[in-house]
Amino acid sequence: MTVKSRILMSVAAFALAGAAPAAAQTEIQWWHALTGANNDVVVKLAEDFNASQKDYKIVPAYKGSYPDTLNAGIAAFRAGTAPHILQVFEVGTGTMMSAKGAVKPVHEMMKEAGEAFDPKAYLPAITGYYSTAKGEMLSMPFNSSSMVMWYNKDAFKKAGLNPDAPPKTWPEVFEAGKKLKAAGFEKCGFTNAWAPWANIEQFGAWHNIPLSTKVNGMDGFDAVLNFNQSPLFLKHWTNLAELQKAGVYDYSGRTNTGEGRFTSGECPIMLTSSGFFGNVKANAKFDWANAAMPYYPEAAGAPQNSIIGGASLWVMGGKKADEYKGVAKFFTFLSDVDRQVKLHTESGYLPITKAAYEKVKASGFYKDKPYLETPILELNNKEPTDNSKGLRYGSLVQIRDIWSEEMEAALNGQKTPKAALDAAVERGNQMLRQFERSASR
Amino acid sequence: MQKNAFFNGLTIPLMLLLPQLAITVVFFYWPATQAVWQSFLLQDAFGTSTEFVWFENYQLLFSDPGYLRAFINTAIFSSFVCVLSLSLALLFAVMADRQIRGAEIYKTLLIWPYAVAPAVAGVLWLFMFDPSLGMLARGLSNLGIAWNPRLNGNDAMLLVILAATWKQISYNFLFFLAGLQSIPKSVIEAAVIDGARPMRRFWTIVFPLLSPTTFFLLVVNIVYVFFDTFGIIDTVTGGGPSGATETLVYKVFADGKGGSNLGGSAAQSVVLLVMVIAMTAVQFKFIERRVSY
Repeated sequence: MTVKSRILMSVAAFALAGAAPAAAQTEIQWWHALTGANNDVVVKLAEDFNASQKDYKIVPAYKGSYPDTLNAGIAAFRAGTAPHILQVFEVGTGTMMSAKGAVKPVHEMMKEAGEAFDPKAYLPAITGYYSTAKGEMLSMPFNSSSMVMWYNKDAFKKAGLNPDAPPKTWPEVFEAGKKLKAAGFEKCGFTNAWAPWANIEQFGAWHNIPLSTKVNGMDGFDAVLNFNQSPLFLKHWTNLAELQKAGVYDYSGRTNTGEGRFTSGECPIMLTSSGFFGNVKANAKFDWANAAMPYYPEAAGAPQNSIIGGASLWVMGGKKADEYKGVAKFFTFLSDVDRQVKLHTESGYLPITKAAYEKVKASGFYKDKPYLETPILELNNKEPTDNSKGLRYGSLVQIRDIWSEEMEAALNGQKTPKAALDAAVERGNQMLRQFERSASR
Repeated sequence: MQKNAFFNGLTIPLMLLLPQLAITVVFFYWPATQAVWQSFLLQDAFGTSTEFVWFENYQLLFSDPGYLRAFINTAIFSSFVCVLSLSLALLFAVMADRQIRGAEIYKTLLIWPYAVAPAVAGVLWLFMFDPSLGMLARGLSNLGIAWNPRLNGNDAMLLVILAATWKQISYNFLFFLAGLQSIPKSVIEAAVIDGARPMRRFWTIVFPLLSPTTFFLLVVNIVYVFFDTFGIIDTVTGGGPSGATETLVYKVFADGKGGSNLGGSAAQSVVLLVMVIAMTAVQFKFIERRVSY
């Protein structure tokens, strides 16, 4: 044996020795869409889990925005290289659910893996969104949020409004917006991010108005959109279009790219996700708070309850039993009370279990930080009805784009609010019918 | 002396051609055929159920008013971008071709934007002209000009045209400059001696001699505006407001990637493919006749 080959041999042996412990571990791929501080949360969770046991190793990977991550998961599934866990935003729920064989339902996986699992331990407003009509949990809630109204207390003082009594109803918001505009917020008295989420999805749930037949799509893919038949929707869209013209309301875009208008102080009232908390805390140089979404007082029973946003963790199909065992253990680890308490109080996302919420409440945490409880109070405001459980439409990503387009057409005066509302429903139904055909096989 | 090399038989020529042919088939013809095939299918996102639907995707497409609007948007967008980027680049190239101090720096600076990816170019322009963030947008509003590409379709269209043009000027500039520098100085000098003024020299000598370059750039620019600009549109406007900046290629991208509507998106790509083939054929058949090589 030459010296050279001996060196090679020992290098190979060394490499093998180094690789051996890793080979005994089962790797679990976790694709997600969280950036910044939230990405750190994901990495920390994976590290903590990996340190807590020796058999499994969670490997998180950032795959871009929510739609990008969903597309990456779909493409990987088609190529046979899907990850074990895929984080999918709530809009993609219908798409994931309809993919028989592509996903492994969480309740089934937990049972097969022999993990203790009680779906009733989770907050019903959250799990309802991710469960079948029979109450079987399909995906694991992870980062949930809801829509709240953030407001600038300093601006309220400047405009002679009471910063401790934010407007409760839409007419009050309109009045406040006019006063704020007069007080120097010329570009925008109030606004919202996520236009379709704010003015269609949450609006319907909060006022107990159906968006479609079949329990907003939760009872079947043959749901037909019909929210254009509600006079309240028309009233709201008409109000917004008029106020846009008057410069009191100002449209801030389809996604959350306009959220900076709140933190920069340009827009003193902004309806957007409760997940905006981290950003507000870090960037707003004024006194701020949030409140529940406004409602129209004439709507019977309003406010009802809000619906969730954010994302959940889907388990992809076709993996080995041992790998599922690891995923199940990780989900149990995630649901741990103290871990949820920490996640909730640090990131601002909702606690997913009842026990975690109770614990945070009992600790008096919300006395100092009431803004973290607002979305939970909204979600639990009333027992969810068929109109406020959530919604489940296939192709919702595309349908939301259509809805945004029609809202924009109403706001810039291209169409009357009535015509825009009708078109939003009609075009959405076309998408639903196409999805129904491709999903029913 | 023999000028040309000939290979007898078939084996050697085929072997020499094979790598090129293989690449063309695998990377160009195979995906194109796949797109045609996909356009006849109705499939869910995960590909777990597939149905052959003949021409239904095309029927849906042509009954969609949004698709007609995308055609009109594309016509407006592409003609403005082509005309602006070609004429501005020619102007810059003619100016850079003169004997001026620091010409090298000037040229280098003009070529830089080409290194910027379309999506990044879009973000740069968005930063300047976003109604809330943009410095220039603030300037406009201070001047009393109502500028709101978030809701005003014309403003949004203008913004994507500017960004797409800016991105393409460098490339055109580079080719025009190379074309100008290959024109023999003696020809120009002869014209000067004959007393031709600069404008006349340009239109009767320089521009005709540049015609092969111009023709090449025209083809390249049309391909650019048709296929390469979705990154800009995606970052600047996302096709909005209310579809005002949704071009054909952006719709392919948005429906296929964002909406997982693969059949509809494939049908759109096929339509786009046919259109660009037709346009290129027209260019070569009619416009190329005016080109003197």
